[in-house]
Amino acid sequence: MQNHILSIILFTPLVGAILLLFVPKESKDAIRWIANLVALAGFIVSLPLVPWFWVQRFEPGVKFVFEAGQWVQRPGMFKFVDGIPNTWIPSIGAGYLLGIDGISFLLIMLTTLLGWVSILSSWTAIQERVKEYYIWFLVLQTGMLGVFMALDFFLFFVFWEAMLVPMYLLIGIWGGPRKLYAAIKFFLYTLLGSVLMLLAILFLYFNHHSVTGVYTFCLTALYETAPKIPFQYAIWLFLAFFLGFAIKVPMFPFHTWLPDAHVEAPTAGSVILAGVLLKMGTYGFIRFALPFFPSVVMNSKVRGWMIGLSIVGIIYGALVSLMQKDMKKLVAYSSVSHLGFCTLGIFVLNSVGLSGSVLQQINHGISTGALFLIVGILYERRHTREIAEYGGISNVMPVYATITMIMFLSSMGLPLLNGFVGEFTILQGAFMENRLWAGLSVIGVILAAAYLLWLYQRVFFGTVTNPKNEKLTDLTPREVLTFVPLLIMAFWIGLYPKPFFQILEQPVNQIVQDVRGSEPNVMAKTPTHKSVDEITQTSPPAVEVPVAAKGKK
Amino acid sequence: MQVSIAQFFQRSDYLMSLPMILLTIFALGILLIDLMLPDDWKWANAATAFVGVLFATAGLIKVQIALGEAHRQMVPAFMNSMVIDRFAIYFWYLFLAGAAVAILMSVHYMDVEREHHGEFYALILFSVVGMMCMASGWDVVLIFIGLELMAISTYVLVGFLRRDRRSNEASLKYLLLGAFSSGIFAYGLSLLYGLAGSTNLVIIRQRLAQQMAAAGDHADPVAVLALLTVATGLLFKIAAVPFHQWAPDAYEGAPTSITGFMSVAVKSAAWAMLLRILLLGLAPLHKIWVPLLVFVSIATMTAANLAALTQNNLKRLLAYSSIAHVGYMLLGLIAFGSANTPSGVDGIRGILIYLLVYTFMNLGAFAVITSLRRRDVIGDEIDDIAGLFFRAPTESVLMLVFLLSLAGIPPLAGFWGKYFIFLSLIETGHYVLASLAVLYAVFGLYYYMRIANAMLMRQALDKEPLKIGGSMAAALGVTALATLLIGIYPEPFIRAVDWSLGLSQHPAIAHLVK
Repeated sequence: MQNHILSIILFTPLVGAILLLFVPKESKDAIRWIANLVALAGFIVSLPLVPWFWVQRFEPGVKFVFEAGQWVQRPGMFKFVDGIPNTWIPSIGAGYLLGIDGISFLLIMLTTLLGWVSILSSWTAIQERVKEYYIWFLVLQTGMLGVFMALDFFLFFVFWEAMLVPMYLLIGIWGGPRKLYAAIKFFLYTLLGSVLMLLAILFLYFNHHSVTGVYTFCLTALYETAPKIPFQYAIWLFLAFFLGFAIKVPMFPFHTWLPDAHVEAPTAGSVILAGVLLKMGTYGFIRFALPFFPSVVMNSKVRGWMIGLSIVGIIYGALVSLMQKDMKKLVAYSSVSHLGFCTLGIFVLNSVGLSGSVLQQINHGISTGALFLIVGILYERRHTREIAEYGGISNVMPVYATITMIMFLSSMGLPLLNGFVGEFTILQGAFMENRLWAGLSVIGVILAAAYLLWLYQRVFFGTVTNPKNEKLTDLTPREVLTFVPLLIMAFWIGLYPKPFFQILEQPVNQIVQDVRGSEPNVMAKTPTHKSVDEITQTSPPAVEVPVAAKGKK
Repeated sequence: MQVSIAQFFQRSDYLMSLPMILLTIFALGILLIDLMLPDDWKWANAATAFVGVLFATAGLIKVQIALGEAHRQMVPAFMNSMVIDRFAIYFWYLFLAGAAVAILMSVHYMDVEREHHGEFYALILFSVVGMMCMASGWDVVLIFIGLELMAISTYVLVGFLRRDRRSNEASLKYLLLGAFSSGIFAYGLSLLYGLAGSTNLVIIRQRLAQQMAAAGDHADPVAVLALLTVATGLLFKIAAVPFHQWAPDAYEGAPTSITGFMSVAVKSAAWAMLLRILLLGLAPLHKIWVPLLVFVSIATMTAANLAALTQNNLKRLLAYSSIAHVGYMLLGLIAFGSANTPSGVDGIRGILIYLLVYTFMNLGAFAVITSLRRRDVIGDEIDDIAGLFFRAPTESVLMLVFLLSLAGIPPLAGFWGKYFIFLSLIETGHYVLASLAVLYAVFGLYYYMRIANAMLMRQALDKEPLKIGGSMAAALGVTALATLLIGIYPEPFIRAVDWSLGLSQHPAIAHLVK
């Protein structure tokens, strides 16, 4: 018996998009209603996953292995597995195979939630080519969900690339003044990263065949053979993966597409771009790069570079944010900084850092998604994002100002809100490995407070100086509704993150164990069974782990 | 002793050449009927030609069944000058598909151009006969005759717009360069005859191998000269750098539907010929032609991708893109030729799949460009396609599908061509070549997306809605459906290719696989 819940979640938006094809393009309101209902349905069908997954959060999942001429299930990492390996295109060994663990579960819930929120937020923002807009948005939704669900490397790659097309169109058609440039830059940049990754995937595929005699892209099968690739090959493969994922995240020197794409994209596009698309890069690191190439990521030089780039990204992104005159650009650069924390958490390579990283990815989706919505609301009313144009907005839009304050505080990592838990856990993980890393990264937290509070001060405080701002209307009920789920999540994660850590515990420990092997490490000291209060009260265990002890050959 | 020539021809020879015979009959019939048709009945020629292609397809199915019943990998015909095997049948289907779509595309277009004559369709059918000879030739003389039949038909087709100076210029250029390259090609073939004492590719291969073995694995200088001259002719026909200069001009000047036809069917035929000659006749020299092709393919990808970046004429842009695609396909041949294991066969698989998907996606793109032509609008500049979305939404989305497929974005057909090429390169250890090829694919995306940008994101200069005739809609529908279907579920098509290659038991393939 197989549970098809993942397929249902995956294809609900696509079915909605096909449905929309048959609605005449003149009836814009009908299209909006249908698209919103489909997006809501996409969120609702994903809800049953929550109790189902919760019940089995500590139970083992399954993996596929090829034994005695057929594929059999063995205890492994993945749950709700749908499909059988090698059944889609048997002649090349690609299969339609879906499955999730705690990490992808959280990201899928984030995707369905943000998909609904961002479609709801576009009701009035999009007035031209409405039908197309919603169709592409729903197609994008399916593509993103596919990336997080695929357990077949080939299927993953198809979703990974196919998803670029709707995003490219969303930026290019409904974007700002420099939309053509931004759209093509986004498309080319991300394609450049993924084509080399395809070659690396093919290498793993042939490597698996030469070891086992089976041609397959099944992820769990490749997990068995890929770590045994000798270092001199693995380093190149890792670099190919790194390029693909680092561009997507984006890590420091590869981030230049992001401000352009964010600034030009329509609001909902930015929300999805920041909230979900960037997470594909970090998800790729966790799901593929770490378990495939443990010897490379444990290599002290490689790891030093990764951590170094992350820290540079944290500080550089924050400094550039400080200088911005355009609100959306400021939020875009702050993403570079926040994603730096996520990659830092990944490459400290202990369970504390890794679970913090995943949680911070969710947090970033919630907070930064909300920040883009906030900027979009102001832009829709005034058609400018220049900070200098505003001032004293809290006088005319009090509800808006309150929500903005909460979201800013969540983004800068104030305790009791979500951002704090994620950043704190990452820093704790970094501290356990090397105090210098944690120390440098803290600068990013301080700068985040600086650029966000300064922005808030310039836009909201004081008296209304610009006469154009005097007649601004406060949030409509629909706009408030878009923030409600995000606010709930921000407080939930901030006040009681234990369930999230519990969901992450099993996959994160598994990955750390795969990467570090049997080396005794800090796994036992995970904070996963502690509430956030306990974490804040107890000082982090100062265990120095000899970093480069393993993995060098 | 008196020997009747007739005794060399058997009944099976005629059965095996049934599709060619049918096409020739229909082509001659069109020439006759055309004289009796009034001007507004010229579409009947197209209908006749289309029916002719359908009959030829039926004939081909019969050939395929006969081959299956005989339980043979191949049937030689006409005193071993022709060989009907699965490889040939695969290509014959491709040619017929290309011709059918090209005919559908031409009906309205030739009417607009006021050049709707029966010869047009007759020439398309004749050129398909030539292609069939090229794909099934075992004897270099037959291959050469097929090549010339195809080439001469195409020269005329390129210049079919008599009142258009571009068309005339293109035709003349194509004719002169084409004749020159055919001369070099024929010279090379004569050298091969001199070396081997036979015009049959199998015997040529045996003799060359014997001579090389006798000379201690060294190639005779004359054999090298023969290889170079033959390769020149072959590379000219597939439009590989440095023998590509004719292609952009000929593609730009030719009637648009013929440009589409040339870029797929004519190119596939040239590829079939190239594969036959290099893999069968000149296989013993593969240590020489593989490095040569490495150079050619890198030059082709570089020159074509860079040149395409700045083109503003759609037909010229797609001409350069089609040259670039040849560069990728050559990589498959390199992977095959340089491998000592059965693994290299993925390269040939890649070429065949590439040609299949290319047929549909490129014809689809040209069908959209063809439909832009109206009485007073030439419609082949990027500006002409600007804002197409507002004039013809369905067509512009289909064009987007074709362009993304050409760029190799999954899950569209074009991805599979590139996928198998890259696969074969990784499999045979050509990591640098593979990296180079994927980087050029990013260039490719840029120039295809320039068209998409114009089409979807710019305002229309010309607001008039586009009218699409029934036959054009059929052409677009078939090509788009194939592009999507092959993209999403390629399994049956991969199997068809494996079938046509006999999975490395094929004589043209097996000898390299030790």
